[in-house]
Amino acid sequence: MSKMLLEVTDLRKHYPVRAGVLRRQVGTVHSVDGVSFSLGAGETLGLVGESGCGKSTVARSVLRLVEPTSGQIRLDGEDITHLSKTALRPHRRSMQIVFQDPFASLNPRMTAGDIVGEPIAVHGLATGQALEARVAQLFEQVGLRPDQMRNFPHQFSGGQRQRICIARALALEPRLIVCDEPVSALDVSIQAQVINLLIDLQKQHGFSYLFIAHDLAVVAHISHRVAVMYLGRIVEIAGKDELFRNPRHPYTQALLASVPIANPLAKKLAPLVDGDVPSPVNPPRGCAFHTRCRFAMERCRTERPVLKGNEHQVACLLNEGTGRGQ
Amino acid sequence: MADRSDLVLDVKNLKTVFFTNSGLFKAVDDLSFTVKRGETLAIVGESGCGKSVTALSLMRLVPDPPGRIVDGSVLLEGTDLLALNETEMRKIRGNRISMIFQEPMTSLNPVIRIGDQIIEAVRLHRNLSSREAKDIAVEMLRLVRIPEPARRAKEYPHQLSGGMRQRAMIAMALACRPALLIADEPTTALDVTIQAQILALILDLQKELGTGLVLITHDLGVVAQAAQRVIVMYAGRKVEEAGVEALFAAPRHPYTRGLMASIPAVPAPGVAAPARLNEIPGTVPSLVRLPKGCAFAPRCPLAVKRCEAEYPPLTDWGGGHLAACWRAADVAEVA
Repeated sequence: MSKMLLEVTDLRKHYPVRAGVLRRQVGTVHSVDGVSFSLGAGETLGLVGESGCGKSTVARSVLRLVEPTSGQIRLDGEDITHLSKTALRPHRRSMQIVFQDPFASLNPRMTAGDIVGEPIAVHGLATGQALEARVAQLFEQVGLRPDQMRNFPHQFSGGQRQRICIARALALEPRLIVCDEPVSALDVSIQAQVINLLIDLQKQHGFSYLFIAHDLAVVAHISHRVAVMYLGRIVEIAGKDELFRNPRHPYTQALLASVPIANPLAKKLAPLVDGDVPSPVNPPRGCAFHTRCRFAMERCRTERPVLKGNEHQVACLLNEGTGRGQ
Repeated sequence: MADRSDLVLDVKNLKTVFFTNSGLFKAVDDLSFTVKRGETLAIVGESGCGKSVTALSLMRLVPDPPGRIVDGSVLLEGTDLLALNETEMRKIRGNRISMIFQEPMTSLNPVIRIGDQIIEAVRLHRNLSSREAKDIAVEMLRLVRIPEPARRAKEYPHQLSGGMRQRAMIAMALACRPALLIADEPTTALDVTIQAQILALILDLQKELGTGLVLITHDLGVVAQAAQRVIVMYAGRKVEEAGVEALFAAPRHPYTRGLMASIPAVPAPGVAAPARLNEIPGTVPSLVRLPKGCAFAPRCPLAVKRCEAEYPPLTDWGGGHLAACWRAADVAEVA
């Protein structure tokens, strides 16, 4: 592997649960509980998991939008975990984010052009006509017309708004773009437009994506590598084709079996797991998945599995820590 | 359409309009379909296509104003629901026809225990003592596979997880053994492993109870796995209807074809993933300013002059496969 753009080591984010008159801490939400991964330049790492598994918290911690409890985040080899706000600012240029809801992430009282131009102005990269020309160029890159710069967000459709968000993220020529469920709020026919745009832009500019989504098919389409999260931990991480064709962790297998396939002749839905995701306030001891796992053994209740393997890593105690091949 | 006595629901020329500040729009325009006993009909389409308004129209729950059902008939077991007054409709709603909504938290009353909400629904329609109704409530919770149903019946909605709440909603909807169940995006708010459980549950119960099911969804995967027949809606109209296998094997409408090509697939062994998704250009048109001809024409790769001028009629392509497209015969050839 070439030099890594982003290296995350043993990231943890715990939130206190307070109750009572004195707001005493009565518990801890283990939102992210020891996550490590790396992301190469020009690579897309997909992060999948169900709600509450901590995937968005990972995304926000990487950008220091939430302060991690412990762990280390290295961007381009430099540790940014503890940098002050001022010291972090130059690094902010190289990492940007696109959020899920394009309705909530655009200021309704600013024109689309001002929204896209703001980061450029904040970092003092261009003013006046140069700024306008740059914004017009960004509009074209994301498939909007430069004459739409004067319009306000409410005059755009959902897909167009997400294009504005993407243009804003591109404005500072970042090296890393975190996409937190960027297409989940969009209609199917619009979703394809935005996914294609994201792939095309990566080909042109060579930046990396940390791509978070709950839709496995979308993640499979856009990612080079995929990490599966469950209750704050990565349970499996592998190259896309390897992960989807040869899932090793019982949770990954259950997740894949739960996706309804758009082919009436394909195998009918076979839910492989019962029950719900346990609360992250008191996650199960040992392997977090053992309460729902078909193959759970006595060891799984007490021993916490760690990620093992080289290219295809899995955190499962089955078969000497290699998980179960199906 | 085979045996008519088998029909639970027969909708003819349904038309629901909304009067808004920006003008009148037809949310559902000239929609006809039928559902047989024990059959699952999926209505699929993107936001604003009229699928949810169709559901609300069947339940007579369209908010008036601004909305109103202006034309058509909805025959449920032979009774025209649109001809009933509100008192008569109340006797049928929740009894012969019920509905599950997308977000179980907003459709359950947060300050009433789960069991009591089911009891209320049961006693509204059936003359039962509170003890008998309570037994039915617990029985229903067991039927939807909620563990420890007697204890859960005493809990409030916030004490249940999202999947459990949706199970409770299903229990309530089926408590009176309705002839028709409408499920409006029943699994959209749920995680994928829970979605698979809930979907399997709905289908099992439907088979067991012989209920007709109208499943409204935007997810073609859910359609393929759950439905027997499918209606595709676009801008308030039915553009295609077919058996699920015929529809997925050979869609006749360019919109259906475009939708199918635009969804990414999970890579399966031996199947090469496409490098690029097929896009449908443009966006769904505003219902206030619909084009004169086919509403899909501005986004359609096959559109010809005629498509912009005249709305295509629904034509039967054999075996009950209907499509409203002037170029339907050519769709199969254009990959």
